[in-house]
Amino acid sequence: MSRPEIEIRGLHKSFGDNHVLRGIDLEIGQGEVVCVIGPSGSGKSTLLRCVNLLEEPSQGQVVVGGTEVTDPDVDIDAVRRRIGMVFQQFNLFPHLTVTENLTLPQRRVLRRGKAEAARVAAQNLQRVGLAEKADAYPSSLSGGQQQRVAIARALAMGPEVMLFDEPTSALDPELVGDVLAVMRMLAQEGMTMMVVTHEMTFAREVADRVVFMDGGVVVEDGAPEQVISHPRHERTRHFLSRLLDPAMADVEEGTSDQVGKDA
Amino acid sequence: MTAGDTELQPRAKGLTRRQKRRLSRGAQYVVFVAAVVALAVTADWGRLKNQFAQWDIARQMFPDVITLALKNTVLYTVSGFVVGLALGMVIALMRLSSVGPYRWLAGIYIEIFRGLPALLIFIFIGVAVPLAFPGTEIVGGTYGKVALALGLVAAAYMAETIRAGIQAVPKGQMEAARSLGFSPARAMVSIIVPQAFRIILPPLTNELVLLFKDSSLVLFLGVTLEERELSKYGRDLASTTANSTPILVAGLCYLLITIPLGFVVRRMEAKAQEAVK
Repeated sequence: MSRPEIEIRGLHKSFGDNHVLRGIDLEIGQGEVVCVIGPSGSGKSTLLRCVNLLEEPSQGQVVVGGTEVTDPDVDIDAVRRRIGMVFQQFNLFPHLTVTENLTLPQRRVLRRGKAEAARVAAQNLQRVGLAEKADAYPSSLSGGQQQRVAIARALAMGPEVMLFDEPTSALDPELVGDVLAVMRMLAQEGMTMMVVTHEMTFAREVADRVVFMDGGVVVEDGAPEQVISHPRHERTRHFLSRLLDPAMADVEEGTSDQVGKDA
Repeated sequence: MTAGDTELQPRAKGLTRRQKRRLSRGAQYVVFVAAVVALAVTADWGRLKNQFAQWDIARQMFPDVITLALKNTVLYTVSGFVVGLALGMVIALMRLSSVGPYRWLAGIYIEIFRGLPALLIFIFIGVAVPLAFPGTEIVGGTYGKVALALGLVAAAYMAETIRAGIQAVPKGQMEAARSLGFSPARAMVSIIVPQAFRIILPPLTNELVLLFKDSSLVLFLGVTLEERELSKYGRDLASTTANSTPILVAGLCYLLITIPLGFVVRRMEAKAQEAVK
């Protein structure tokens, strides 16, 4: 592995008085799959959104593919074309068909021709197994199908990096598998991926590294086997035990579990 | 309440709920029928018919009332709507701008033109503009003036409607567009505005209907015979024939447009609902 694909140095982010990220250093190599886990309010989504500057960091540096994203003079639209993002709420364009969702960004942003855009769209719908939904509107699809279309839409732009912001959290449990299967396929194809998730099985089996965040800092960073199965820190152990066996958790006060804080 | 009471089915004292509902509905029907009967009996139908429903007067209005008056009404309204929509779009975007002066300017414009009666705007366009800029002619003569006057008024209302529509599009749509590499302007045009227009279709049509009626104010600009629209045409004819039938016919012509318009919009709304949901 030569230069890291994503490099985060000394990253801080505050929303008013709320200091969400308190100095994050993180490197993600080319083709590496990194899962970011942690309690809600720990800042993991904010960290992800800082990578493509949907959130403006208060301090620190983010470099993606050799370009400093946080440089005020950088052409952020050009950088974002190389970074695909998948949202918890899918965010498909509801006024466009599935195919148009994939072709419009290619045509408007990449200036691809009509035929070329249609070809790339069809190819990526095929990849996520939704070729037969090409002419449907998003509202007629299940959550899992919508999320796969959203992944295909990001892939159609030919990104070098994919960011996933809790991609399965808004799905009915029985639909999670289809989305994870697509993500697993991407990982096997060598895509660089940063995934904020609560899917521990996915993290354990697919991720090269797992990063545990709490209170705006990286608490633990290592192989999934180590972080998930043999966590070194008490906070990691505590979080995992609550996640893996929620029925056994005790009522507690003053944890980092800030209701509704995690955006 | 004692333990014994709770065992029993609670019974209302006096009337039950169902009886009250029946009584209330019955009373409403009685009032309605009484009002209709009172109107029918007390109105002088003979004189009304004489003054408003003279068949031969109505007949001689055709085809001019359609080919001239209605045509002009539609022309004035549509041109005013187009100007208003374009200007309203600009003002809405100014209102949402991150540049302070743009926001203030848009706010001031909206407050002024929403607060003034349309009539005053027409007089202003007709009198003040030629006074202030002697020698300049507004492009399109009367048509241009009407488009401008109606557009200025409509823009104030439409700007607020469009702004609300843009803000009603979920934040995630802009984020998704930006994350795909859209510039803010292009995301606005390709993603946000098309969705906003779906949301504001009903209020925009309302605005169109209001403009239809406001187009009658053109008479304050002074129009030639060829430039008359429905209201002016009807009033002119009413005074030459000393009969109000032309007013009724002109009124029916307005409904000829506005009622189908309402129907079309309900259809569009239902379709958009189906697509977006």
